[in-house]
Amino acid sequence: MTAHAADLSRPPPSQFRRILSIWLPAMAMDRWRQGAPERRKLDEMPLVLIADTAHGPRIEATNRAGATAGARKGMMLADARTLCPEIATAPYDPAGDLAFLEKLAVWAQRWGPWSAMDAPDGLLVDVTAVPHLFGGEQGLVADVAAAFARRELNVRCAIAPTAGAAWALSHYAAPGTILGGDEDAEARLGELPVAALRLDQDVITVLRRLGLKKLGELTTIGRDAIQRRFRNRKSPAANPLIRLDQLLGRVPEPLLPVVPQQMPLVQRRLLEPIRHRQLLDQVVEDLADDMARELESRGEGARRLELGLWRVDGEVAVRRLELAAATREAGHIVRLFAAKLDDIDAGFGIEMLRLRASWAEPLALDQGDIEAAAENHGIALSALVDRLSVRLGEGAVSRPVPFASHIPERAQRWQKPLEPEAASQGQLAFHKRPLKLLDKAERIAVLYATPDGYPQRFRWRGEVHEVVRVEGPERIAPEWWRERGATRLRDYYRIEDQRGRRYWIYRLGIVGDGRGGAPDWYLQGLCA
Amino acid sequence: MSHTDLSTLPTTAFEDVATLSARRSARWHPGLAKVQGKALHSEVFAASREAAGAGAALALALDDWRNTPRGEGQESEDRRSILWVQTRDAARLTGRPYRAGLPAELQARVIHVLAEKVEDALFALEEGLRCRELAFVIGEVAGNAKALDFTASRRLTLTAQKHGVPLFMVRVDAARDLSSARMRWDVTSAPSAAPEWNAQAPGNPVWKAELFRARSHAPGEWLLSEKGGELAASKARGDADRAVANWTAGLQHRRTPRRA
Repeated sequence: MTAHAADLSRPPPSQFRRILSIWLPAMAMDRWRQGAPERRKLDEMPLVLIADTAHGPRIEATNRAGATAGARKGMMLADARTLCPEIATAPYDPAGDLAFLEKLAVWAQRWGPWSAMDAPDGLLVDVTAVPHLFGGEQGLVADVAAAFARRELNVRCAIAPTAGAAWALSHYAAPGTILGGDEDAEARLGELPVAALRLDQDVITVLRRLGLKKLGELTTIGRDAIQRRFRNRKSPAANPLIRLDQLLGRVPEPLLPVVPQQMPLVQRRLLEPIRHRQLLDQVVEDLADDMARELESRGEGARRLELGLWRVDGEVAVRRLELAAATREAGHIVRLFAAKLDDIDAGFGIEMLRLRASWAEPLALDQGDIEAAAENHGIALSALVDRLSVRLGEGAVSRPVPFASHIPERAQRWQKPLEPEAASQGQLAFHKRPLKLLDKAERIAVLYATPDGYPQRFRWRGEVHEVVRVEGPERIAPEWWRERGATRLRDYYRIEDQRGRRYWIYRLGIVGDGRGGAPDWYLQGLCA
Repeated sequence: MSHTDLSTLPTTAFEDVATLSARRSARWHPGLAKVQGKALHSEVFAASREAAGAGAALALALDDWRNTPRGEGQESEDRRSILWVQTRDAARLTGRPYRAGLPAELQARVIHVLAEKVEDALFALEEGLRCRELAFVIGEVAGNAKALDFTASRRLTLTAQKHGVPLFMVRVDAARDLSSARMRWDVTSAPSAAPEWNAQAPGNPVWKAELFRARSHAPGEWLLSEKGGELAASKARGDADRAVANWTAGLQHRRTPRRA
C-alpha cells in the first residue's frame, strides 16, 4: 500500500535531488595525525585518543594498530591497558574536530553549491545537476575519494536522492555506492541494518529486541504496529517511521547549510582614551569611512549597524541603527549616529570603538558623486525615512495600509513606510469615507432628534451644529469573531451642517437591543 | 475672462512696472501650474472643527501636480510618495488621514509623520522638502507656535524653492501671523451641491477659499470644488471681481493694512 502511494507521488527522474553524503570514519585520528610531522611515526604503534570522564579516561578514537590490539571506541582506558599495556594516549579535542568539520564543509562546496555539516564526522553536499561537470556521478565519487586521499583523510561516500538514503549508504554500504532516482530505494536499502536510519541508541536496542534487524523488516510487521509502539516519539531520531519516510523521500528533511559569511567589521583602538564629543565624532566619521570602503569592496550596503564603545573602566555602550534601505554612504551613517551619541557617558574615556554591520544586503556599485555641491542634491527617500525615524522615534514615520475589517478605525493600520504593502481586498467604492478620522470617536450630545432617528441638532466640542443634509444609515455590525458578545452595532450617517461642514457620526446601538440603555452618539470622522 | 490671459504671458513680457502690476492683478485660477509652475509654499488657514483645511490643501496640491508640464525625460506616471506631517496637537484636534477617504491616486502613497513638538514637525518638513522623491509635502500645525515664526517659514520657502518640492502648510486654529509663504489661503467649508441621485445627501466637498495674500496674484475669494478629477473654482462674490478687474485694484490691496 505504501509502495503504491510512493509510486504515485514520485516525481519524474529529472526532478530528483542528488545528495552526496561523505563520512569520515576516522576523522579525529586523521586530524590528530596531521597535527605535527613526528606524529606520523606513531602509525605502527597502538594509539588512542582519550577524553576524561567521571569514571576515568575513556577512549574516543583509536588508530589501526590500536584497534588490532583490542581497543574500541567507548572503552575505558584501564580496560584497554589490560589488553595492551604499551598503548599510547593523546587528548581528544571535540571542539577542534567540529571546527575542522566546518572548514571541510565549506571546502566540500567544490562538489556542489550547497553543503551542510552532519556532525560529528560527516558532510552532506547537494550535487543536483552538478555531476556532469565531473564526468557523471561515478566520476564525482572518484574525485571525492581522490581529493580526500590527497588530504590523507579516510572517507566513504554515497549519492542518493535523499539525505537519509545517502547517509545510510555511506555508512553501511560499499564506498562509492550510487542510488539512482528512478531505482527502487526500498529494495536497494532493505538489506541495510536498522542503525542506518540515524536513530538513537536506545531506539536501535528496542528494534533489536523486537527482532527487527534490517530496514526491509520494518515494513513486514505493518506500519500501524510500529506507529503504536513509537506514538509518543516526536523527534525524528527517536521514531523509526519518520526516519524511514525521510530516507525514502516521503517527508521533507530540512538541512542547515553552512554558508561562510563574515560580517563587515571595522574598529579603532585608540592611543589615548577619548573624553570629548568632538574627538568622538571624528573617530566615528573615520569608522564610517572604513565601513563604507569595506562594504563597497563587497558590493553590499548596511541595513543594521552596531557601534560599540569600550570604556576604560570596563563599561561597554552599544548603539544600534536600522536603515530603511541598504546604504554605504559614510556621511549618512555619521549623521544618523550623531543623534544617538548625545547621551553617551564617556566616564574616564573610551579606548576602543567598533562598527559592525550585522545585517548587510547586496547593493550594486554606482556612479560616485561627480557634482561638487552635494548639498544641492536632494536626499533619497530611504535616507529621509532614516533621518526622521532617528530624530522623531521609531514609530513616528508610518504609512496607512488597509486591513481586513469592517470597523472603520480597525480597517486601517500603520506600518513602516518603505515596507511592501500586503495584498488586500479592494475597498467598496460606494461607501464614502471621511478624509480624516479622529483618534478616538468623540461623544456628541444630541439636542433634538428627528423621528427618522438621526439628530437634527447636536453639540460637539461646545458648539451647536444644525444638521441640514444627511445620508444614512450605513449599518456596521460588530465583528463577533473579534469582539465580546455585548458589543453594539453602529449606524453611520454622513451629515452636513448649516455652514457646510461635513462630518461622519454614528449611533452606538439601537433602542431595545438589550445591550445597554439609550444609545449614544459619536462623531468619528471629518469629511473634506 | 479677458484678464486671465495676462497670467499666461511669460515673465519676460512684462518690461515696465505697469504691466508687471497688471500681471500681479491677474487672477489666480485652477490649472495655473501649466504656465507658472507649481506654487512652492502655500499656507492654508482653517478651523479645527472641520477638515476643510486639509481637504483644500490636498485639492490645491493635486491641481498643481496634475497640471505641471512634464518634461520629455520624466516618468510617464508620477508614483512619488507624499509626506504628511502632523504635530500631535493637530492630529488630536482634526484627526489623522484616513486611507479610504483620501483621493484615490494618493491612497497608497501617503507617508505620515507624527511629531510631538512643532520644532520636530518643522525639521520633518524641511527634510521632506529636500527629498525630490516626494511629490509634495503637507504640514499640519495647530495654533501660533513660537517656533513657527517668520524665520522658520522663510527657511521652508527657500528649501522648497531650492529643491522644487511644493509645501502646503495647514494652519489649524491659527491667527494670520507673519510668514513668507507665497500664497496664503483662508478656507472654510461651504454648503455642497446636491448630488444627482440623492438630493438629501451631502455632495462633493465645496470650500470657500479666500486668497488673502499672494506674491503674484491679486487677492480674491472663490468657491473651490472638485469636478471630474479637476479642481473647479467659481466666483464667490461678484463685486470683489469687479474691483480687482481693474489693475490698480492690486495696488489698493497692497495698501490695505496687513492683518496681523
